[in-house]
Amino acid sequence: MSDEPRDLNAEGGHGAVPMTGVPTEQSPAQASRREWPLWEVFVRAKRGLSHVHAGSLHAPDAEMAVRNARDIYTRRQEGVSIWVARAEEITASSPDEKDAFFDPAGDKIYRHPTFYAVPEGVQHL
Amino acid sequence: MTELSASSGHRSDSAHADKSSYVLRLADDALVYAQRLGGWIASAPQLEEDVALGNIALDQLGQARSLLTYAGELEGRGRDEDALAYFRDERDFVNAQIFELERGDFGFTVARMLVIASYQLELYSRLRASTDETLAAIAAKAVKEVDYHRDHATQWALRLGDGTDESHRRLQQGLDLVWPYVAELFESDELVAALSARGVAVDPAALEEPVLSYVAATMAEATLDAPETSVRHTGGRRGIHTEQLGYLLAEMQHVARSHPGAQW
Repeated sequence: MSDEPRDLNAEGGHGAVPMTGVPTEQSPAQASRREWPLWEVFVRAKRGLSHVHAGSLHAPDAEMAVRNARDIYTRRQEGVSIWVARAEEITASSPDEKDAFFDPAGDKIYRHPTFYAVPEGVQHL
Repeated sequence: MTELSASSGHRSDSAHADKSSYVLRLADDALVYAQRLGGWIASAPQLEEDVALGNIALDQLGQARSLLTYAGELEGRGRDEDALAYFRDERDFVNAQIFELERGDFGFTVARMLVIASYQLELYSRLRASTDETLAAIAAKAVKEVDYHRDHATQWALRLGDGTDESHRRLQQGLDLVWPYVAELFESDELVAALSARGVAVDPAALEEPVLSYVAATMAEATLDAPETSVRHTGGRRGIHTEQLGYLLAEMQHVARSHPGAQW
């Protein structure tokens, strides 16, 4: 076959790909392709449930991020809906502020709906 | 009376043989392509793409297993999926040559996937209406899978074609390389003509227009030129293959042949 894929890369198969003279250092192009942005992935397991954070991945843009998420986080039927968000767009609470943020809620027991008498026979509570 | 049943028995045998030969073509396409895509595992441009290509390869392998098993049943000589996958030689494989071509770079991979997935989507969509219930059921499952494969190839074609100069060049080169092998997909012969007439098979010629128009529209959107070629490689359906299939089979069949009957 005269028109087989040649001169393509250093990762190929059986002999048709040049193995000598192939750069072994990572080229600037290779370095930049590693810099796809990070996306956070949220998966809804089934209708009626919320989307839950599943993990993160790299993708060149939002559409590809959804597709990569489909392949990585729902390959065992874990979900029926996927959200992705650029990791850098997410603003998170700071671990340093943990005490001021969360501890004051600790002794506000009146915020829990535990002061109601629940009639006998009420289900799903 | 005896004569009649003997002759109808013979007709049904040869009908099964024809059907088995047809199913084996589809099976070999999927099997060889699965093995070829598997060559990307651990060397795709990104970990995420590694998983995506692995999933697609496994979809193809799943289709191949169902089809090989069914081809073996129709053949009636006791060959199961493993016997057909691992203990046939190159000349007995009846995949079209496009499936066996060396893995190539990512541009070639996307170009080939765009063609193959478009072809398989049109094929399996129609095969869902096959008068053969088993074939129709296999097609119904496969059509959702190859729909995603075509989407994956399309997304990448748009990004590579309309991306950098280098990605455009690589994808264009990939299309130019794969194009001489496209026409073989749409070739008909006596076997498929007879089976299509009975509603069992899909006439490959009927797929040419929808497949090529989808690929052409995607190429145009991706700013790629339509490849031109007067070369048509063919012969895969008759067991004529490129040199590369031999290497692929050697790798794929080596373990099974070295340890026949081994369980794992």
